[in-house]
Amino acid sequence: MSAAPVKLMSFEKVLENFDPAMGLEVHVELNSNTKMFCACPTEFGAEPNTQVCPVCLGLPGAMPVVNVKGVESAIRIGLALNCEIAEWCRFARKNYFYPDMPKNFQTSQYDEPIAFEGFMDVSIEGADGQPEIFRVEIERAHMEEDTGKSLHVGGATGRIQGADHSLVDYNRAGIPLIEIVTKPIIGAGERAPEIARAFVGQLRDLIVALGVSDARMDQGSIRADVNLSLAPKGETKLGTRSETKNVNSLRSVERAVRYEMQRHGAILTAGGSILQETRHWHEDTGVTTSGREKSDADDYRYFPEPDLVPVAPSREWVEELRATLPENPTVKRNRLQIEWGFSDMEMRDTIGAGAFGLVEQTVAEGCAPQAARKWWLGELARRSNEDGVEISELGITPADVAKIQSLVEAKTINDKLARKVIEGMLAGEGTPEEVIEKRGLAVVSDEGALSAAVDKAIEANPGVADKIRDGKVAAAGALIGAVMKEMGGQADAGRVRELIIEKLS
Amino acid sequence: MNNWITKTADELAQALAAGEVTSVELVQAHLDRIAAVDGNADAGLHAFLHVDAEGALAQAKASDERRAAGTPASYLDGVPIAVKDVLATQGVPTTCASKMLEGWIPPYDATVVAKIKAAGLPIIGKTNMDEFAMGSSTEHSAYGPTRNPWDQTRIPGGSGGGSAVAVAAYEAPLALGTDTGGSIRQPAAVTGSVGVKPTYGGISRYGLVAMANSLDQVGPVSRTVLDSALLHELVGGHDPLDSTSLTDEPTGFVEAAREGAKGDLTGLKVGVITELQGDGYQPGVMARFTESLELLKAAGAEIVEVSCPNFTHALAAYYLIMPCEVSSNLAKFDAMRYGLRVTPAGDPSAEDVMRASRAAGFGDEVKRRIIIGTYALSSGYYDAYYGQAQKVRTLIQADFAAAFEQADVLVSPTAPTTAFKLGEKLDDPVAMYLNDLATIPANLAGVPGISLPNGLADEDGLPSGFQIQAPAHSDARLYKVGAALEALLEKGWGAPLLSQAPEIEEVRA
Ligand SMILES: [Zn+2]
Repeated sequence: MSAAPVKLMSFEKVLENFDPAMGLEVHVELNSNTKMFCACPTEFGAEPNTQVCPVCLGLPGAMPVVNVKGVESAIRIGLALNCEIAEWCRFARKNYFYPDMPKNFQTSQYDEPIAFEGFMDVSIEGADGQPEIFRVEIERAHMEEDTGKSLHVGGATGRIQGADHSLVDYNRAGIPLIEIVTKPIIGAGERAPEIARAFVGQLRDLIVALGVSDARMDQGSIRADVNLSLAPKGETKLGTRSETKNVNSLRSVERAVRYEMQRHGAILTAGGSILQETRHWHEDTGVTTSGREKSDADDYRYFPEPDLVPVAPSREWVEELRATLPENPTVKRNRLQIEWGFSDMEMRDTIGAGAFGLVEQTVAEGCAPQAARKWWLGELARRSNEDGVEISELGITPADVAKIQSLVEAKTINDKLARKVIEGMLAGEGTPEEVIEKRGLAVVSDEGALSAAVDKAIEANPGVADKIRDGKVAAAGALIGAVMKEMGGQADAGRVRELIIEKLS
Repeated sequence: MNNWITKTADELAQALAAGEVTSVELVQAHLDRIAAVDGNADAGLHAFLHVDAEGALAQAKASDERRAAGTPASYLDGVPIAVKDVLATQGVPTTCASKMLEGWIPPYDATVVAKIKAAGLPIIGKTNMDEFAMGSSTEHSAYGPTRNPWDQTRIPGGSGGGSAVAVAAYEAPLALGTDTGGSIRQPAAVTGSVGVKPTYGGISRYGLVAMANSLDQVGPVSRTVLDSALLHELVGGHDPLDSTSLTDEPTGFVEAAREGAKGDLTGLKVGVITELQGDGYQPGVMARFTESLELLKAAGAEIVEVSCPNFTHALAAYYLIMPCEVSSNLAKFDAMRYGLRVTPAGDPSAEDVMRASRAAGFGDEVKRRIIIGTYALSSGYYDAYYGQAQKVRTLIQADFAAAFEQADVLVSPTAPTTAFKLGEKLDDPVAMYLNDLATIPANLAGVPGISLPNGLADEDGLPSGFQIQAPAHSDARLYKVGAALEALLEKGWGAPLLSQAPEIEEVRA
């Protein structure tokens, strides 16, 4: 199935003529040890259909029982998003057919979500380079279960087209999900793509801070659906929306919003109309393609799930959970900026690079804040750009960075060698110590060898040596360079300098 | 006829304890009876869809070993039981009397099944029923109808006709049934047996293949009130696998039955429900009902007339709520993972396979209810149908609450008529639905009810049933009043009503 190339309108042109409205739906897979309605384990990557029971297989007669941990996580997420927590709510059956959904209905929440009416203050970069807050209103956060997963076998692409049979893995069926739904985000204008990204990113930070999910976008434990519509400038009525499903990286969220704005703009300007449909995001090509058309046939025939008793969290419990909430990430940022002594720009760059949490953890591992920032925003950011992966998923942990910095401070290595250590670690050569050992990267601190190298440099550069003897200490740099060259960069530059001055004074 | 099979479960338990008989002998006696009278779809009672002789004898042997070692698992250890085919039995076929589940062998036990196994009751087989428990005559079984032992040209009631007949025809002393709108009580009434629908949630539903989850209730079927109480105590109570199951301890039922059997009901206020008599009630059924009231009065009870005005809407509300839940519950039968699969010729898509399988696998009554439910839940109709029906349900609950202010128990005939002829109402679903008129309100409100035999109608000599209902959580009251009436009735008859039933001709399948 190849889609005809879609004409896009330039982003600037879209903004001249239209106002975007955006709605984000984020699915968070909870890191609960058991499924939402049974006691099956939820381990990622297990052999297919090894984590199933009559309940999550939807066998005749089996009945669900609510996982209290799932309810607790939902409440904590709701509270962190400044939501009201329902005093009484129910699960509903969302009846529809889906090949990998064993009951042919999904147990979800419909008109009675556990959490509703909240907001999140999203921090973005303002026009003047100063941080600016954009408030995203939260419609609801509700509990539901995940579906199974189809595997199409026999085709070249792994898609259903061309496959000769399909297999279904129900390990994921019944894993607890929280769906967070925003109210329509309007008035964002050109900032819409950026706000979408910042919202999802900040939500992910929050989820991590709450400890309720692994929050791995690449493993699908956070997935975002992007609803987008355009209205002619000045018009208050929302336009027809498209729903781009399962966008699975922050960068893609931003790109998908931008792409859909440009696609809608082109269609509307050409006098066409937008189909209310679901669309698929293609990470590789950066485009969306049409999925299923939404129509009146999408009738989920919701009704309250009769097999589950209503969920009625006591106010005491809610308050207990509120008391366990981690510090609000925004408040925490302000606090840490002061503690770390970062300038506004340093702080903004850190957040912008997605390295805030990493710096925080690195500092917690005993590293000086500025050093932590330097590593994450310098060498590691460069590597993540080159490799096209999120900085958090490079494979280097905050503990690794703290270790590297401590080795620099102990003068075991210098900055240049540290970069080689990182290179070795990325190549899978092991811990910093192991890379140093394997590559022989340690700084030479053997006084005899250093002294000999300094003598050699002085001898080779008599002119420079004379200048230093005349008191022009700044000229030492040239000799240090020569020594470092001689020693393959593995010398302690400070000690070399001391030796030069000792010998020439 | 081997005289062990006519004994009550309580008598059998005593005989086992006294070493007068072994469980293996009891199971074999019942297996022989089944072989002699049960037959199949064409002839005989056809109460059973599957007889597990081997499994039952093995369980009986284990039971006898426990008895010999002096460690019986329960009072009823060794007493055989039959189980309605809507309850999952590990390793034993469970079909819900549907082609859709032909050959399905559950990998797990329903909680009630696990409980009776743990208590040592050998499971003799799975009983016939209306397909997926939908019907009031057991004629909607995909495997052929069950026949009424009083007159084999008549229906045995439904949907639990198989369980009622197994008990009434001495094929099993006890059975488990399920009651969504009267499926335990109505068959009990037309076969001369005792059937109890406990308070909603009183017995776990885990492993009960749901028809309508908010109405379904597992319950005992037996030949005496005391036997039902014994079974109820055994299988009742909270189940962590069914969050809707009550935390009430299942105790006091047997004690209440034994107390009631003394026949003293002094101080009891009995409410006669105005709306559940008169039009549509067979004169012979009403005559037996009136006599029973007189017996209660003689035992010291005070009879008052109470009105439950919204009961007239109960049938309509039930026939909306139930199919809505049915339409959702049966969606999982898609021929992909278990049960029937019909593959049409050519190069069928998954949808084609599903369509063909469902067309072949579901019977007319099931299809009718799926369609009604799907329609009633669809957008634009939800409020008009499902929403309104739920409001009626609330009103019926209020009617019960008000009536129980005036009376300790409420009584009515269980079914408006005695058993009708097989095939008579098959083409008129609404006429068939009317049979559950008196039993449906209890399911909508979640209150418990019992049906016990109170005589034979003059017109046709067929059994009629007397229904007693109590407030939720007051199941013990049913056993007390039921046992009292039973004792008074049997004093008049000189023996249990079932002893008046005709001899059943042997068919041997
Ligand atoms: Zn499971």
